[in-house]
Amino acid sequence: MRYIANTEADRQAMLDAIGVSSLEELFNDIPKQVRNRYQPVGLPERSELETVREVQKLAPLNAAWQQYTSFLGGGVYDHYIPSVVSYVTSRSEFSTAYTPYQPEMSQGTLTAMFEFQTLLCELTGMDVANSSMYDGATALAEAVFMAERIVRTDKVAVCRSLFPHYRRVLDTYCQAAGIKVVEVPYNHIGRYDTDSLPKGISALVLQNPNTFGIIEEMNGLKEQLGAALLIVAVNPISLGLISAPGEAGADIVVGEGQPLGLSPSFGGPFLGLFACRKQYLRNMPGRIIGRTVDAQGEMAYTMTSQTREQHIRRGRATSNICTNSTLCALAAVVYLAGLGGDGLQELALLNLEKAHYLAKRISSLPGYSLAFSGPFFNEFVIRVPGDPQSICRQLTQEKILLNNPSSLSELGVEQALNFAVTEQRTKEELDSLVDVLRDVT
Amino acid sequence: MNTIFDAKGKREGKVLPALDVPQQGLEKLVPDSLRRSRKPRIPALSEPELVRHYTRLSKLNYGVDDGLYPLGSCTMKYNPKVNEDLARLPAFAGAHPLADERLVQGSLALLHEASRYLCNIAGLSDITLQPAAGAHGELTGMFLFDRYFKERGESKRKRILLPDSAHGTNPASATISGFSTTQIPSGEDGMVDLVALQETLDETVAGIMLTVPNTLGIFEERILEITQMVHAAGGLCYFDGANLNAFLGQARPGDMGADAFHFNLHKTLSTPHGGGGPGSGPVAVSQCLVDFLPVPRITKDENGYHFDWNFPHSIGCMHSFYGNFGVILKAYAYILLLGDDGLHAVSDNAVLNANYLQEQLKKTYRLPYDRLCKHEFVLSGEKLGQGITTLDIAKRLIDYGFHPPTVYFPLIVHEALMIEPTECEGKETLDRFISVMEKIALEAKENPELLHAAPQHAPVQRLDQTRAARHPILTYPFDEPGT
Repeated sequence: MRYIANTEADRQAMLDAIGVSSLEELFNDIPKQVRNRYQPVGLPERSELETVREVQKLAPLNAAWQQYTSFLGGGVYDHYIPSVVSYVTSRSEFSTAYTPYQPEMSQGTLTAMFEFQTLLCELTGMDVANSSMYDGATALAEAVFMAERIVRTDKVAVCRSLFPHYRRVLDTYCQAAGIKVVEVPYNHIGRYDTDSLPKGISALVLQNPNTFGIIEEMNGLKEQLGAALLIVAVNPISLGLISAPGEAGADIVVGEGQPLGLSPSFGGPFLGLFACRKQYLRNMPGRIIGRTVDAQGEMAYTMTSQTREQHIRRGRATSNICTNSTLCALAAVVYLAGLGGDGLQELALLNLEKAHYLAKRISSLPGYSLAFSGPFFNEFVIRVPGDPQSICRQLTQEKILLNNPSSLSELGVEQALNFAVTEQRTKEELDSLVDVLRDVT
Repeated sequence: MNTIFDAKGKREGKVLPALDVPQQGLEKLVPDSLRRSRKPRIPALSEPELVRHYTRLSKLNYGVDDGLYPLGSCTMKYNPKVNEDLARLPAFAGAHPLADERLVQGSLALLHEASRYLCNIAGLSDITLQPAAGAHGELTGMFLFDRYFKERGESKRKRILLPDSAHGTNPASATISGFSTTQIPSGEDGMVDLVALQETLDETVAGIMLTVPNTLGIFEERILEITQMVHAAGGLCYFDGANLNAFLGQARPGDMGADAFHFNLHKTLSTPHGGGGPGSGPVAVSQCLVDFLPVPRITKDENGYHFDWNFPHSIGCMHSFYGNFGVILKAYAYILLLGDDGLHAVSDNAVLNANYLQEQLKKTYRLPYDRLCKHEFVLSGEKLGQGITTLDIAKRLIDYGFHPPTVYFPLIVHEALMIEPTECEGKETLDRFISVMEKIALEAKENPELLHAAPQHAPVQRLDQTRAARHPILTYPFDEPGT
């Protein structure tokens, strides 16, 4: 096997040194009964070329994405990824290392994760951040568990205008942990209904921009919640423009980091964002990197606050998370540092303007109108004159990709389609979508 | 420039395309009250500055490509480069998770095939690919157990048994899922004490979480008795798959009595660890748990592959979408590359390497459990004298250019050094490691200061961990004078 360095002679020498006569003998501790039941998978060893061919056979069964125009969104966006991002993350000093248990050999990863935590705090207006969770949905579930540790009520409120995939994961976690999930409805402008906040909750989960793309108004919300924590799920690109949740009183901010330089990759690996106020540091899940000094007084970085974590506290840890999404967090740092603060603002503006141009054009077509009147960022919902499934199918034939309207119906928005627009969409593409919509039946 | 925030100056030039639609204006589109009042302090680096900064940082790191990385329990094996290229194929990397299923048949086929291979390797009935890491797999397993007993009306079963050598993630996963944990002591042979196990088995037990081989690197020889005892008491058996490298291609958890088993694709199946992730932790299950697996499940019929949501007993969803597809793809390619013979060769060589190291190192270091090991073993750094600790040994190894083993775990060995060489290391490298370990033991006697002061040849010297914990600086101190 070509990833093995030992030769037959090496193996013999090693067996002799151990004092056994065969490799087989090293496995005598596995019960015969177990070994006798072994069934091979039925696969030959393949050369690299044969393997590449085998995997490439599957590629054409997917659509040739470069021939399609994507308006897919729902938490995963088609942003341009500069080459420098994968250049850095491909450096094997980063990609083939593991969790920085030995800080003296891991200053690269540690420094980058310290930068990541700083960037996330800058974006969200929070005091502390961890160095990543698995994805947006699991980061949210962890946030709710954390709120429950702080404010024990066994009940959490969730705005209905949350991404359905976030909600499904949250429901799964809460059901197993015995936490009741109650829903806050949305109103006619697409925002959460301020009059419907339940009592006796540990936290309110609000997404901003929400699943309809609508930017929520959070002024006064924290005061209304009393002892309950405010958990806000964000799209990091939108934070180039819209209020940092910290400014609006959020206690915990979570989100999906995919827009920060990660390819859609059929849903993973992604990047769970997690930040909070510093008084909750001891309750946070995940790895946290801190700055310290070495024996010579030189500045250096290390994992810290580890007494929260499973490898120290075991059954009383704040979370079971161990492996996270560090390499994805590195991609996000490189992506953001390549943009800068002004660049991020400009990027957010491009997304905003293009989305509004498209929304304006579509809603001027007969029978089409915006479903909600609230301000939106780069995604919006349009009421359509025909069967949305049928329109969606016709658009697919024209090589235009849209979210399946069933996720809107799940949320009670019928007869509607959702469009996400990024900086990658050209005016020409936007205009031709409008032309196709004009002609669909 | 220590961090990007220390960058001086300001990049000029164009990084984004011009706006090509009529501008409506931020003021009109987003009311003032919803806009940020303060711009985030993100420095704008020129591309050369950016590349140099991260190239410099990369050189302060150490990965498997740099050399031996015998971090026990983590299986730091070589990551074949071709898998990185395959994961970047635009057809796969560009697939949006919400695209119409007819447009992602290739991705679905890959997940379906990978599921089949992994089920075969595990010897179990079905699998979910959703868990994003080993601990996430454990959590999934505990949710499955919880649902299983709820559906059977056995809500009294709220106890999970754990050997005292268990990974910390095991008790954490069990507790988060609403179970209590009971620790089972290990016997003098390092294996589960069957008498202690029998004593605690009753109608409150939901199951046991085992790592096989255990974290001492010892295969539980009485594994069949253990799983039979737990099953006879009405409980279920969860296997932590962190140590699958010990018997890959030779034995299957399903044949040992596992009801749920998680893979760590980033360990056993060679996907890069990424400095701490992403990983992937698929959970394979026996027939009794299949109905409860997360949705959507991927099914196949004459029209192709489909997302199937219609499993009314399912626990729900564990991941935003279908798991870490990019990682699963690399593991799938690795299985194709190796084939059955290659899988078998992995465990053969991993176990051979570990036993060779153990045999040589026990001459110099204390080996608390002196017997054949599987893919890893645990030494104790105690009794070297001169106040030398395992931490000192680890830091001295850095001076010699090796990544240290896992230290201070498992907890049942005092001053533990947990060593896992993996199949990829050759005898030449192992011999070099052995001679360095011998040299360090000698230094401990003759010149202990070398160990206490180590590392001296790393980018930084030993860090002040107490200061990091007592005075947390967790973000760049923008407002601190002099920074």
